[in-house]
Amino acid sequence: MTLLTMLFVLLLASFLGAELISKVPQTLHTPLMSGTNAVSGITILGALIVAGAAADPWVEALGLGAIFLATVNVVGGFAVTDRMLGMFRRREPGK
Amino acid sequence: MTATLTDLAYMAATVLFILGLKRLGSPVTARRGNVLSMSGMALAIAITLATPGLRLGWIALAVALGAAIGLALAYRVRMTAMPQMVALLNGFGGLASALVGLGSYGHEWGQATVLAAETDYRITIGFSLAIGALTFTGSLVAFAKLQELLSGRPLLFPGRRIVTALTAAAMLAAFAWLVLEGGAGPAAAIAVVALILGLLLVLPIGGADMPVVVALLNSYSGMAAAATGFVLQNSLLIVGGALVGTSGLMLTRIMTKAMNRSLVNVMFGGFGTEAGAAAASGEGGVMREVSFEDAAIQLAYARQVIFVPGYGMAVAQAQTALRELDDLLTARGVAVKYAIHPVAGRMPGHMNVLLAEANVPYDKLFELESINHEFPNTEVAVVIGANDVVNPDARDNPGSPISGMPILEVDRARSVIVLKRGRGRGFSGVENPLFFKENTGMLFGDAKQSLAKLAGALQDV
Repeated sequence: MTLLTMLFVLLLASFLGAELISKVPQTLHTPLMSGTNAVSGITILGALIVAGAAADPWVEALGLGAIFLATVNVVGGFAVTDRMLGMFRRREPGK
Repeated sequence: MTATLTDLAYMAATVLFILGLKRLGSPVTARRGNVLSMSGMALAIAITLATPGLRLGWIALAVALGAAIGLALAYRVRMTAMPQMVALLNGFGGLASALVGLGSYGHEWGQATVLAAETDYRITIGFSLAIGALTFTGSLVAFAKLQELLSGRPLLFPGRRIVTALTAAAMLAAFAWLVLEGGAGPAAAIAVVALILGLLLVLPIGGADMPVVVALLNSYSGMAAAATGFVLQNSLLIVGGALVGTSGLMLTRIMTKAMNRSLVNVMFGGFGTEAGAAAASGEGGVMREVSFEDAAIQLAYARQVIFVPGYGMAVAQAQTALRELDDLLTARGVAVKYAIHPVAGRMPGHMNVLLAEANVPYDKLFELESINHEFPNTEVAVVIGANDVVNPDARDNPGSPISGMPILEVDRARSVIVLKRGRGRGFSGVENPLFFKENTGMLFGDAKQSLAKLAGALQDV
């Protein structure tokens, strides 16, 4: 991919993100943050490639460290978001 | 073939992320949305693990360890501590991105491939390192402040702006060095300078401004992932990072708008020190205390009551006591609503989560724009541990330090009951004329106990 193609992808994704996020109600902003936070752990893909294909032990160590951190980020982020969203209840009918 | 399969899987993951975000548009579908995002992530990880030639031994260990810690954090954290948790996770994500950038650079450099010599590549490495490292230390400081390991007050030292400016200049220099020459030296320099810059940027920001900082760091963690995507030429990292980056930026904008401040002012203003001192215009007056019995009678015979919770409610852990009072009033036929200011908690939407945990249905919660017109028709507005967000000076007094900040107009309710710890000015130090109004009655003391006493008095009415 050329730098320009990547910028193109970045730009389109950003505009799409703005559209989607403007529709998220204020009441869900905390789960939105923790959930998107988990998505930012997508960097784990890079960490896997770096650690799994490293020729140099130092590079492998960097990659493994990144895998650990990104996994905490991904698993912790999604799990806590699920826990929070499970708390949101609508008014019981007739109340 | 495998490469095509990987790309197809990444494409599917992108779609799952987008659909997941879309379903966050309503509390009804949000949980399923999160599951969609989760499956997108799982799919992307699985297909990456299937890359031929990947050595999996240590990787499995790192993943197992990370997952165990992530789960423990997620299920043990208290809802009041959610801002810290998100700050910490942001920091982890940022550091992970920086390490991937560094590792990938080292990898390419070790193999002396053409790629490492390309200017484009060096620029992307620079961004990945700088944003990731800055996000890491910035998030750690935010975490420490929110966890109260550090003082919530802005940490200001003489000449801090010059030091910050010099550090920023050093960053530019290191960047130029990396782009022009390449090598391990400038990469390390960028990382070190960015780590320092992260500290310098967040230390001077006060506790009350943390919602903005957490939202901004959220955005940075996304940008760091996107920058790493540029390094690895991985479109899924770019898309995922861009979605998070925009989300964080939009939340930052919502927060600064709700405080009527600019991002620059939040980042460099040192609010809570100078402003607080300047605000002592000394209108003053007499605060009228109200008895629990009188307050209970007002509530019992109201047609509509609006609760306005602030961070003080969370500090006192009074959410459940509040919901119990709500139950009693609702059983009496009083219409109960909650008005939530965007900056009421320590992060965007924090108050909503705290109330959801206490079993308050989300359709009783209203945003500022949709509730303000109801105050004039409301018999009693009850303010629980909120201060600046209900300060009428923000609307009426152009000289007020918080002038222009959108407020919940509780002063327009027929009567107001304010639950407050003490007679002090509170967090920002700005005087609040609401407390001195004729139709305002004060209930001093711990919010949780006050609410329980109110509930007790209500049962005797």
